[in-house]
Amino acid sequence: MNVLSARGVRKAYGANEVVSGVDLRVASGECFGLLGPNGAGKTTTLKLCLGLIKPEAGDIELLGEPVPRRAREARTRVGVVPQSDNLDPDFTVAENLLVYGRYFGMAAGDIKARIPALLGFAGLAGRADSRISTLSGGMKRRLTLARALVNDPQLVFMDEPTTGLDPQARHLIWERLRKLTQEGKTLVLTTHFMEEAERLCHRLAIMDRGRIIAEGSPRALIAEHIESQVVEVHGSGHEAWMERAKGICPRVERAGDTVYCYAEDAEPVLQTLAGQSELVYLHRPASLEDVFLKLTGRDLRD
Amino acid sequence: MSLRWVAVWRRNMLVWRKLMAASVLTNLADPLIMLFGLGYGLGVLLPSIEGMPYIVFFAAGSLCTATMYTASFESMFSGFSRMHGQKTWDAILYAPLVIDDIVAGEVMWAASKAWLTGSTILAVIVVFGFAASPLVLLTLPAAFLVGLAFSSIGLVMTVLARNWDFFSFYMTLVMTPMMMISGVFFPAERLPAPLLAVAQALPLYHGVELVRPAIAGRLPEQPLLHVLVLLGYAAAGYSLAIYFARRRFSE
Repeated sequence: MNVLSARGVRKAYGANEVVSGVDLRVASGECFGLLGPNGAGKTTTLKLCLGLIKPEAGDIELLGEPVPRRAREARTRVGVVPQSDNLDPDFTVAENLLVYGRYFGMAAGDIKARIPALLGFAGLAGRADSRISTLSGGMKRRLTLARALVNDPQLVFMDEPTTGLDPQARHLIWERLRKLTQEGKTLVLTTHFMEEAERLCHRLAIMDRGRIIAEGSPRALIAEHIESQVVEVHGSGHEAWMERAKGICPRVERAGDTVYCYAEDAEPVLQTLAGQSELVYLHRPASLEDVFLKLTGRDLRD
Repeated sequence: MSLRWVAVWRRNMLVWRKLMAASVLTNLADPLIMLFGLGYGLGVLLPSIEGMPYIVFFAAGSLCTATMYTASFESMFSGFSRMHGQKTWDAILYAPLVIDDIVAGEVMWAASKAWLTGSTILAVIVVFGFAASPLVLLTLPAAFLVGLAFSSIGLVMTVLARNWDFFSFYMTLVMTPMMMISGVFFPAERLPAPLLAVAQALPLYHGVELVRPAIAGRLPEQPLLHVLVLLGYAAAGYSLAIYFARRRFSE
């Protein structure tokens, strides 16, 4: 069963079309990732799915409700973790949850009964009366996640949930998100961290310039779009070596002073490197990042 | 319209309760210093005005001005901080609320806070024996109407504002001159006819015209007109605030 579906969705700001005909289906219980470089239209797509902005064309259905017409009804069963934290700085940790629950029409008693479990989940037990300004970045992010769960949503949207966090904080968030999917909640997240997408998402869509250009599981995307082995080479003489490699390797790319060779069998490429002490190389399996860079290019976006 | 806006009102109320002491002090100190300073200071030179001591005359103007300023500051500066700086409105919009609910909650909140300022000044007026009869209680609904009118107009400024400087135009070019010609410090009828006409087209004048007779123990002469003008500004401001807020948040 789909909890979210979008068909032919378009959104333009003036002459600038930000979302150009997006189709999406997210099944109940899955973790779905929307990947793309900055400005690809990921955040706009999330806002469209939530009914916060109106599309010029297309149909969106969120938890069985047509959006934007009945977005308000749909949002009673949805949680949102935005890209930048907008916790209420005037309140303590617990007050943030209480006030947020009231926006869903929940009774104060029901919210207060949920607060200890929410704080426990967020690793903030004992911080109920702390002021927001005393929390670290990771704590704020976890509180924002707890806030998104106050109404016990079926579906949680997350816009770049770990951007700006250190590795410890990031791993803790990942662990909590996996726990949510184990509990049967559906997650839709945007990210430009390939590692995050590879670890968390059952299925991904890669978005660029307002369009979805590839879709599938992380493994399927790698298998479908890219050779399985990568050899990265840099150091003096890499240009000369690149000319040789072009004859052996099916796909060779250069970015700055690094040469990337993509092949199903890297052995012939590695042989050409033997004894070339001035060249530094790394042989590794292809990753989602290679797919991403192949599909969206290596040019900077902002 | 749904009652979802109440949650927005309660959010602001909770912040106010936490910061009550500072908030009450800042909202009241200014108007009371003005009331007693100008009222007694200038009052010595002006034995009586429209048949009442100057401080009683000025009390009505002071109450209405303080109500106007509380409504305007709350809807503009605090409102803009919630909308723009803290992104509180964005967070609320993920819940099952729409921008109309937030505008309604903000307008009602700023009007409530303004009403509290007006009522507290009223209490001071009563305690100091400036009020002639229980008719003074008509000031309570009048202060709420003044609060509602200026909260709505203030919120229009807020949803149009791109930065803080925007508000100083409205305050310097609209609020301050309006205060000068609306019968706050001296009877507006002394003004040249064109200026009086301008004053009569603006909301503050009508607030003063409701409150001053009530303090003096009389019924206002044209209560319906004054109420309708204040309600008209509130309704127009509210509709415009919703229109511009929808436009701003559809971006």
